[in-house]
Amino acid sequence: MIKNISNLGDAALYCDFGNDVNREINLNVIQFFKNIKKSNIPGITNITPSYNKLIISFDLSITNFDKIKTEVEQLNFKNEIVNEGNLIKIPVCCDNDFALDIKRLEKLLNLEKEEIYKKFFSKKYYCYMTGFIAGMPFLGDLNDSLYARRLDTPRVKVPKNSIGLTEQFCNIYTFESPGGWNIIGKTPLDIFDNKNNTSPNLINPGDTISFFQISKSEFEKKYD
Amino acid sequence: MTENYFEVLRPGINSTFQDNGRKNFYHIGIPFSGAMDNRNFVIANAISNNKKNSPVIEFALQGPKLRYKGDKVYFNVTGDVNFQILRKNKIEEGVCYQNLVLENNDCLDLISTNRSVYGYLSINASFKIDFYLDSCSVNTKAEIGANNGKILQKNQIIKIENITKKYSSNKLDYIVSKIENIRVIKGPHFDYFSETAKELFFKEKFRITKLTDRMGIRLDGPKIENIKYTNIKSEGLVKGTIQITADGDPIVMLSDHGTIGGYPKIGVVISADYDKLVQIPPGSKIKFKEINLKDAETIYKLYEMETRNLISKIK
Repeated sequence: MIKNISNLGDAALYCDFGNDVNREINLNVIQFFKNIKKSNIPGITNITPSYNKLIISFDLSITNFDKIKTEVEQLNFKNEIVNEGNLIKIPVCCDNDFALDIKRLEKLLNLEKEEIYKKFFSKKYYCYMTGFIAGMPFLGDLNDSLYARRLDTPRVKVPKNSIGLTEQFCNIYTFESPGGWNIIGKTPLDIFDNKNNTSPNLINPGDTISFFQISKSEFEKKYD
Repeated sequence: MTENYFEVLRPGINSTFQDNGRKNFYHIGIPFSGAMDNRNFVIANAISNNKKNSPVIEFALQGPKLRYKGDKVYFNVTGDVNFQILRKNKIEEGVCYQNLVLENNDCLDLISTNRSVYGYLSINASFKIDFYLDSCSVNTKAEIGANNGKILQKNQIIKIENITKKYSSNKLDYIVSKIENIRVIKGPHFDYFSETAKELFFKEKFRITKLTDRMGIRLDGPKIENIKYTNIKSEGLVKGTIQITADGDPIVMLSDHGTIGGYPKIGVVISADYDKLVQIPPGSKIKFKEINLKDAETIYKLYEMETRNLISKIK
């Protein structure tokens, strides 16, 4: 559970769950996140779970660090098992037009393209967190033979809906942005729907993701 | 009923609709956004007699030029802004912090901010705009908020409704104070940096570079040497967090910042200094000053009191 709570500036709590990145620690973070969300402690403006930290921001004109820390510590957490989240299936087209870094990966990992995809599609992934600008999901863990470092020079524009790999993680670019992950394909699904005014995110922390491969014609059909 | 609207003759550099921002969506990766300089936002709405959280147009450095069509409407501009109202037969120099009138065919030219970055335009009426997740605040990267998540575009129309017919001569005598010292609370990775680096961080000046926008400020100055890890496992951020990049440069997270980041956090700007920090224009130098949590809390209370005082002086 939480190893330490400190302040992050004058308007946030920094809850430290350790330094390792694994599902067990992350489930603790997510459970804690859900419990705090349920508790409706006044003044909390944001709760941000990540691999092994939870940051609780609050409105300094309503409350302060000592108050929130006490309230958070007093929450009586039952050791309930967090529900496993949803299973979400994501189609991916790996046509050369979309798999921008597959050649680099073949060299870097010393694997044929077919093997890379076989290893990638045969696993289910866990969503550690969603973040950054528009609900970008951080998924893991990859088969360890697929671990690759970031591009030496980040790409200026990674196309929206690209699937990228780096180290033990995989993510989906939910909007066009600069980025250094190794791109292996693209999904026709909008992971972040900026027109959806209630739940814009398809993938949430704690969900399980399985990818499946589609052809370019299927990709184009789904795009219509 | 006549239609009331602004026609955008010149959009300005970065003009967006903003309100108080979006709460409680960091966990799904949606930034807070909202008016950068909260005090000037709040004052603008107070002068307009609007509800506290009413949408305004925020502009940066160069503002928009707007032609007004419709029934008489009152407006005010806050910040340190050089502007003019082009009327039928004359040009009128604008005065900030007071209600002024726009009549059919008048042009409001928000020329520039003086030695500051952001200015605010509030009207005694409401903009006819869309809300997304309870806020109109535009985040251009995620393309969310009013105006399809975009900055104002040349020739677009901004519809206006619910015009208040009654004129209130609301006015505030207020001169925005400038600061150079930004107060900072040490961050969770303060000890990732060498003794020399820690000393430099609070001793030397840093220049605000042009790579500065609503997402963040990139600073230029002495390199801050990291003796532990230049990358951390990505974790949450808050407004005002100062991260040190792998190159040793500080970056300060501002209102549109990504919700998570992977650089060590050397410190966090105190809440009371945030509004002033965002107003310091590129090219200026700033200095960080260390402060503890208790003092930061006290200073914030004073800052809030000062804002309330200013609002009570509007007449």
